Amino acid sequence: MPELTKTPVETEVPETGALAAAEPVREKARSLWQDAWRDLRRNPVFIISGLLITFLVVIAIWPGLIASGDPGDCDLAHSLQGSAAGHPFGFDQQGCDVYTRTVFGARASITVGVLATLGSAVLGGVLGGLAGFFGGWWDTLLSRLADVFFGIPILLGGLVFLSLVGGSLWSVITFIVLLGWPQVARIARGAVVTVKQQDYVQAARALGAGSTRMMLRHVLPNAVAPVIVVSTIALGTYISLEATLSFLGVGLRPPTVSWGIDISSASSSFRNAPHMLLYPAGALSITVLAFILLGDAVRDALDPKLR
Amino acid sequence: MAEPILEVRDLVKHFPLTQGVLLKKQIGAVKAVDGVSFDLLRGETLGIVGESGCGKSTLAKVLMNLERATSGQVLYKGEDISRLSGRALKAVRRNIQMVFQDPYTSLNPRMTVGDIIGEPFEIHPEVAPKGDRRRAVQDLLDVVGLNPEYINRYPHQFSGGQRQRIGIARGLALRPEVIIADEPVSALDVSVQAQVVNLLEKLQDEFELSYMFIAHDLSIVRHISDRVGVMYLGKMVEIGTDTQIYDHPTHPYTQALLSAVPVPDPEAREGRERIILQGDVPSPANPPSGCRFRTRCWKAQEKCAQEVPLLAVPQVLSGPAAHDSACHFAEEKDVVGAA
Repeated sequence: MPELTKTPVETEVPETGALAAAEPVREKARSLWQDAWRDLRRNPVFIISGLLITFLVVIAIWPGLIASGDPGDCDLAHSLQGSAAGHPFGFDQQGCDVYTRTVFGARASITVGVLATLGSAVLGGVLGGLAGFFGGWWDTLLSRLADVFFGIPILLGGLVFLSLVGGSLWSVITFIVLLGWPQVARIARGAVVTVKQQDYVQAARALGAGSTRMMLRHVLPNAVAPVIVVSTIALGTYISLEATLSFLGVGLRPPTVSWGIDISSASSSFRNAPHMLLYPAGALSITVLAFILLGDAVRDALDPKLR
Repeated sequence: MAEPILEVRDLVKHFPLTQGVLLKKQIGAVKAVDGVSFDLLRGETLGIVGESGCGKSTLAKVLMNLERATSGQVLYKGEDISRLSGRALKAVRRNIQMVFQDPYTSLNPRMTVGDIIGEPFEIHPEVAPKGDRRRAVQDLLDVVGLNPEYINRYPHQFSGGQRQRIGIARGLALRPEVIIADEPVSALDVSVQAQVVNLLEKLQDEFELSYMFIAHDLSIVRHISDRVGVMYLGKMVEIGTDTQIYDHPTHPYTQALLSAVPVPDPEAREGRERIILQGDVPSPANPPSGCRFRTRCWKAQEKCAQEVPLLAVPQVLSGPAAHDSACHFAEEKDVVGAA
């Protein structure tokens, strides 16, 4: 070790000597995001959930790739019948093919789930993060505003809002974002307040770092994990909220096909035709699981201690 | 005598105590630092000692401009830096850096060591041109006795002592003139403390640094300091060279503090007097009138409750005992016993 000659105090043996001893000095400097990406590419959970999400998104865009039928092509003669040749998932009450409806329902459900999650995560994350970072009256104002939105009852609010603006895909997404952001904002605010008090943020300030640098380099990477977790779990809730609103007649409505609509209409005849509920509900569960696993993998990759 | 690089004049930091949620009303203030004055000379180490809660760390934060001073001045080469902001403040920050107490919270767990030590260069790009930064970071790692190959590691892969060296390397990156070290070794094992203190001394010689070294371990302060200041409840009660303070203390609080230092020689220990203070430190939100130490002082008299003793050389004293001491009844007392 060359530094022995320069520094008489060097005596410590690196704790993780085996880990880095082989690394050449000329290795390129890496950052957290590059390390996280390297880690993710080798993580089987990330690969599986990523492939699943890709598949779901692809069939949401081009449902015709795996389903040749038309979800509106129904024959009452087949009402509530089980699986048959060419109709593996059976038929629903109207005699529509459950397989075709499940495939075509992916578009509306995934659009609502993903966009509502992104919307509430970005809106709540940014507003809550800024409230936590800057504090003061901005924090007070925002926290009380979040409380007001928290106080709106979901179903009553949904009935009023959606009957006023109409139950289109976009109005449902807007409504869910409006109700969903306060939860994310509270989590984000708490995480930012905790990180902001850490010595390393003070150290960056002492170096002369501006607010932007402190937020992006220090606060964001250390406060983003809980937001990811809460958002991915909320994704499932949002898809089922869409279903609830459809059930109440203010959300998406036929001829739009969505898992939510199918699940609510299937619940009445679950005893005699359980397949009607199981397939769209199973598709919903797999989607939610895929996003939760993805969120988990990303969160772990952003924590160097878990590598 | 070297010229002062940092002159602190009547520095005050009060934290307001407020009541009410919406309409905040100030009902008092925690007087964390209350009228502190001293000079930090070029190339010297000034130790600041005092028990927990006496305002040492707040003093460091105010000097670093991490907290705004309520009043008073901090003159860096004659310029008041306590009111600076924006670009002027950023420029001053290049010359005054800080080493933090806890090496476990002062390094961002999600940044590589290279990013942590390289951050000063990103904030002050004029210090090291872009292409040289990686080399500069590796040089710094080498200077503080860490393997330059560790550049891509994360803080959790290091021990406490190594982490503190990373913190020191970050503080050194901008080639500052003054380093304020806020209890830099108190979170470390005793065996590692010596390494870090020796490193700090080596760096002082190498880079001509001035240190303000805050600690509550009196032996370490004596080891590293040229001069020592003793704080009690937001005030500087005594300040002088390390010989003056340790061998000729004149303020009763300093004497009590020194009498608590463990003596490794059992025979010397037998013969020495231990001054055991009664009671607790009063609340800094409501400090005693006059001399703040009077509630626990065995010499306290009527005068102490009425007049605030000024930090000055007491007239009755001469020789090495004649140094700044804020006591109406200052007298020399050898408490360490070894002298």
